Amino acid sequence: MKILVAIKPVPNPDERVKIRKDGSGVVLDNIKMVINPFCEIAVEEALRIREKRGGEVVILTIGPKESEQQVRTALAMGADRAILVETTKELDSLGVAKLMAKAVEQEKPDFVIMGKQAVDDDNNQVGQILAAILSQPQATFGSKIEFSEDGKKANVTREVDGGLETIGVTLPAVITTDLRLNEPRYASLPGIMKAKKKEMKVIPADSLGVDASLKVRVLFLAPPKERAGGRKVADVAELVDKLKNEAKVL
Amino acid sequence: MADILVVVEHQEGAFRKTTLSTISAAKVLAGLIGGEVDALVLGQGVRSVADTVAAHGVRGVLLGEGEVFARYLAVSYAPVVAQLVNEKGYGAVLAPASTFGKDFMPRLSGLLDAPLASDIVGFAKEGNSLRVQRPMYAGNAVATVELVGSPLLFTVRQTAFDPAPKADAKAPVTPVSVTADPGGTTFVGREETRSERPELTDARVVVSAGRGIKSPENFKLVEQLADLFQAAIGASRAAVDAGWAPNDWQVGQTGKIVAPELYFALGISGAIQHLAGMKDSKVIVAINKDEEAPIFQVADYGLVADLFKAVPDLIAELKKLKSA
Repeated sequence: MKILVAIKPVPNPDERVKIRKDGSGVVLDNIKMVINPFCEIAVEEALRIREKRGGEVVILTIGPKESEQQVRTALAMGADRAILVETTKELDSLGVAKLMAKAVEQEKPDFVIMGKQAVDDDNNQVGQILAAILSQPQATFGSKIEFSEDGKKANVTREVDGGLETIGVTLPAVITTDLRLNEPRYASLPGIMKAKKKEMKVIPADSLGVDASLKVRVLFLAPPKERAGGRKVADVAELVDKLKNEAKVL
Repeated sequence: MADILVVVEHQEGAFRKTTLSTISAAKVLAGLIGGEVDALVLGQGVRSVADTVAAHGVRGVLLGEGEVFARYLAVSYAPVVAQLVNEKGYGAVLAPASTFGKDFMPRLSGLLDAPLASDIVGFAKEGNSLRVQRPMYAGNAVATVELVGSPLLFTVRQTAFDPAPKADAKAPVTPVSVTADPGGTTFVGREETRSERPELTDARVVVSAGRGIKSPENFKLVEQLADLFQAAIGASRAAVDAGWAPNDWQVGQTGKIVAPELYFALGISGAIQHLAGMKDSKVIVAINKDEEAPIFQVADYGLVADLFKAVPDLIAELKKLKSA
């Protein structure tokens, strides 16, 4: 199977981001960029499927030249080759999906897989928009993917409010990943060495003839309301007393 | 001004309260940009859902019924909403930011090439321009965004808007003739997390446990505490990943967002991703034996203690209080 995995570099999600003084964005100096955790799960799943069924895993990302670093990480995990649609422009989900659609049309993969959500902008949109543009089925929030023997259909179990739901989709389709799909591997040292020699095609976004002008424009960022937390109680008796007489929630 | 459409969430005919907050958000929006609020119910045998919605202050309810809608599928919902937007000229469409709205609304955005703001927490107006607030970076930033184009699409964070109250008058329910072709998508099955408890997102009290609870059996302790409040039970990612709790219980950035009156975090360290899902709770109690745990920074009442000792004590104290 030919699998296209879309990934996004994001600031290390385990570090609390700081907002720039002028609200124009977050401070990225000295913050490590990593593959979005949900996208990493998508890479892992694609590799496992290839290991089982054969085929090719192609990494796709849309963004500036610097994204190459995270693309190389995905190649080091074991992906075969990569495409970087290069742009320094700010994009929204629609713009990203339109550019991705062009790459999908060129590559014609059996399916596209990506993270359900990027943990920087928390939009949870691109996979679904891409599926709409391509007029393909979508299976979001996947926690289990099983293929029919002929590889023409997939049953995807989805993490939804209320439990788990399974839908069947004929391929080609777009699948997005949830947390319980797998635990991604680390890139091995030989993997990292090999990744340096793997093909990475750079396509200038402007050459694709896509109108990716912003329809959702982030004007500024502000910090959320701070909680006045941090108080400790000595024991259970004091806790109950405070809940009853101070917070009045009992 | 063009009117506003709310897409109603239900689980095969069981109305979900997420819709009520979405109606409130739609009304706030109508107050700023004008227009009237309609609701759309798609399903099979869902007249009662339409009747419920009609009692909550919308202008009208559109009811689209058919076998093809008996099970929710994004691939059926999105084109129908797109069709109604085109026919009736709606200027905005809102749905809950649940796994329902998050699934089909972006597909709608793709079909209509229309801007979608996810998980919104507020609207404002600056001059003639609409401003929308939404969290980013696990809630560590609130973005103010502007949408360009039409219709405007939103998924609404349930905790950010009070549920729409019952209105005096009942809105008319109008059947609409719609159909869909799900093509290569089929519904295979559903595994419901059964619970007699209130839904996490609706509960007055939530009791959550994390890695510190150590085993699925120990969730009994969580249940005992929850029973005293008729609380919902939540879990951190660590507890769900370990298989101790169902996925549906996960509170956090990419799970459930809750804001109850009282939130208990038991044996939860307080990773950024968990805090994103509960830090708007009114009162937060944290019990953890690690005094350095980040959860204590957001807790109103932090107790550094072994939860296996503290929680049984707490249950005993609360029972005493109840019987007093």
